[in-house]
Amino acid sequence: MLQSYPEGKKRSAVVPMLIYAQDETGAVTAELIEEVAKRCEVTPLQVDEVVGYYSMLHRKPQGKFHVQVCTNISCMLVGGTELYDQACKKLGLGHKQTAADGVFSLEEVECMGACSWAPMVAINYDYHHNVTPEQFDALIEGLKRAQ
Amino acid sequence: MAELVKVKINGQEFEAEKGKLLIEAARENGIEIPAFCYKEGYSLQAACRMCLVEVEGTPKLQVGCTLPVDVNRDGTPMVVHTESDTVKAARKSTLELLLTNHPLDCPVCDKGGECELQDMVFRYGAGESRYTERKVHTPEKQWSPVVFFDAPRCILCYRCVRACNEGMGVGALGIGNRGVVAEIIPNKHDHLECDECGACIDICPVGALTSGIYRYQTRPWEMNHVGTICTHCSDGCKTTLGVRDGEIMRGNNRDSSGINGEFLCVKGRYGFDFVNHPDRLQTPLLRNAAGGFDEISWAQALDLVSKKFTEVKSKNGKFGVIGSNHTTNEENYFLQKFARQGLGTKNIDHHRTGDLATLFDALSGKTDALASMQDVYTAKAVLVVGSDLAQQHPLLSFQARANYRHHAAHIYAVTTGEVREDKQAVASVRVQKGGELAGVESLRDKLKAEANLVIVFGDTVQGDALRKLVAFGDSLGIPVKYVGLVDYSNSRGAYDMDLLPRDGGLSREQMLAAADLDVLWVVGANPLKSAALASKNACVVVQDMFLTETAKAATLVLPAASAYEKNGTVTNVTGEVQKLKQAIKVMGTKTDLEIMGSIAKEMGLNLGIWLPEKMLEEIRSTVHGYNVALPVLSSGAAVATQPLNGKVAALPGTIGSAGDTLFTSGTLGRYSKTLNSVMEAPGSLYGGKDH
Ligand code: SF4
Ligand code: SF4
Ligand code: SF4
Ligand code: FES
Repeated sequence: MLQSYPEGKKRSAVVPMLIYAQDETGAVTAELIEEVAKRCEVTPLQVDEVVGYYSMLHRKPQGKFHVQVCTNISCMLVGGTELYDQACKKLGLGHKQTAADGVFSLEEVECMGACSWAPMVAINYDYHHNVTPEQFDALIEGLKRAQ
Repeated sequence: MAELVKVKINGQEFEAEKGKLLIEAARENGIEIPAFCYKEGYSLQAACRMCLVEVEGTPKLQVGCTLPVDVNRDGTPMVVHTESDTVKAARKSTLELLLTNHPLDCPVCDKGGECELQDMVFRYGAGESRYTERKVHTPEKQWSPVVFFDAPRCILCYRCVRACNEGMGVGALGIGNRGVVAEIIPNKHDHLECDECGACIDICPVGALTSGIYRYQTRPWEMNHVGTICTHCSDGCKTTLGVRDGEIMRGNNRDSSGINGEFLCVKGRYGFDFVNHPDRLQTPLLRNAAGGFDEISWAQALDLVSKKFTEVKSKNGKFGVIGSNHTTNEENYFLQKFARQGLGTKNIDHHRTGDLATLFDALSGKTDALASMQDVYTAKAVLVVGSDLAQQHPLLSFQARANYRHHAAHIYAVTTGEVREDKQAVASVRVQKGGELAGVESLRDKLKAEANLVIVFGDTVQGDALRKLVAFGDSLGIPVKYVGLVDYSNSRGAYDMDLLPRDGGLSREQMLAAADLDVLWVVGANPLKSAALASKNACVVVQDMFLTETAKAATLVLPAASAYEKNGTVTNVTGEVQKLKQAIKVMGTKTDLEIMGSIAKEMGLNLGIWLPEKMLEEIRSTVHGYNVALPVLSSGAAVATQPLNGKVAALPGTIGSAGDTLFTSGTLGRYSKTLNSVMEAPGSLYGGKDH
């Protein structure tokens, strides 16, 4: 991966490296930070800064299905907040919480760039557009059955 | 010189270098553009938006700290307004935003009275806030014995992050999270592992980072600010001591006016607390029959010493005199004069920590061959040989790093292990101790191609090796300057003032080994820490601040004042003379000059008036290269000396650094609580054992 970056610009690989590593290991741990720092030739503190900044990087393991509900302005105007409340109730979770069985986790997120199809929900990397409360429940039930 | 263009600021036309930052161009012409995150010498951040200005022809306000001066597209000068109503309104809003989560606790904050945020709010308003939300609050955190962090006061200007990363080369601070919960984080999650230099505290425009020893102790306006010279290593940083009621409250570099600019290491900033250590000697001590000490009066003590000296002198007895590398030039000069003229002995020496004799001899006849502190910052290339600068010479390390950052200087390191300079170095060569020259030789082709070079070398390069190093420098065919590293605040001065066993005098080792000394007089040194005294019947007179190993073996101990308690001058590692200014007085002590002067008087010797100013007069007229300009010196600046003075005869005795690290400083360090509390880093690569 580092080869895709120009000479002397290894630090640019910090974010993608963290994302890929998180997909593999489930969370960004202290060891992972050390390792990424070593590979990208930056200090662990500099990797830590990045982890703190991006909400898509998680220090604690997420559920198998990580449910992200947007409550930014475009989604909020068409029911994003209500959708989030619904999600809390349906899953019995709060912001950045993971269920005890590790199946679901929930996060209230900022804009994910899908405002045209608000309100939107992302589950892992999959986007779901124009989600109504009924569709949301159906979605969750479907996932429960699937797993 | 870059092209000059016209720029109009607030109706006045100026010339400025094209491409210069507007904030700098304005400042040069006496116009201040307020700024928090902008700090000259560091990378640009443009984080605070305090420097917004109006530029005619652009619809929005511009960021003055990143805007380069240039002409408009039609060739007319850029027209800037820095104090228009729009700009003032923008500043007011910026401040209002900065204060959103600020606790407004100025009445108890350390920074109150010298806070940049406070000043700006006074100037531009934002006295009321329209925000009614609950403020985000986080409790204060202690990151080390000397660094505390109060997140709510932080305005996220990143100055501390940059100072630590770029200035110090440590990189111990970062920013965690984002938005309203963003805050500065230390490298070890809940604590710092770093140089503990306090640069981050100094550079913080507000009271977010505070100093463990100073916080909540006093207010800036309650102190006198005394600019003097740090008494620890030989780099000679200016430190401003904040003094209240005869007590030193803090050290910082308030006006950045010294050779160190904004730099201070942990010792210069915190290492003054030895002055009121409970073990500090405050009364003369006389050995009693039981082998202990009795406290005696100064009058008795001076009487005893002078009688003893007179008696030994009259029967042609043998004296040994060991001086100090942290007493002043005036004291050192007086001591050698006392020894040579007053006592008639040539046995005078001090702990020599670098081979200056060989260096000066090898360079004799040359001019401009000794580098100044500024040269290390401006040279095109810097070669560090056999020293871990970041540990032993923090300011030199800082200068080399700043040279690299600002002028892309080429740095080379020839050392026995990893050093901080490696990060900037073009080439780092690892050698065995003693193999330095081969390492340097391997860099020949690279060095030859440099425009000029400063070679900084440690005590492992001495004698023959040093001559070879100079020969190597000569053979490069480029201008080369040298810095011969020495320990302690006035090693260089001790050498220049001739505390040397010249003309057949005994060296320090020889004095200690001689079995027939009648008197050993030790002024501010601790030779018996690592050696025994062979003359069992010698009368040992020791002037010191503490009961050192040497003082414990003394017949008579005279309590001396520290550098922070006296006036005088010291000469740093690069041969620059600077003035010490007395900050405090410790009851019961006398300066070494006063002690020696009083002994001379009791003995009826005429060695001149023992006032620092009088001695400096004499030094200026008699010591080669020390005819320093007094007005410059008095203004608090450093004056270069020109010691190269023809052939220097070889001296007996050994030379070696004490190998102090960033957190140690011989006797002084042992008695500094703060230095002992922060000691954590691995020791230097070049740890000596003697001191
Ligand atoms: S004390 Fe010095 S080394 Fe430590 S974090 Fe602050 S600036 Fe960095
Ligand atoms: S702690 Fe001070 S220097 Fe650091 S970002 Fe905050 S306000 Fe700026
Ligand atoms: S670098 Fe040396 S002179 Fe400067 S503050 Fe540190 S110990 Fe003192
Ligand atoms: S000084 Fe320009 S943005 Fe901070």
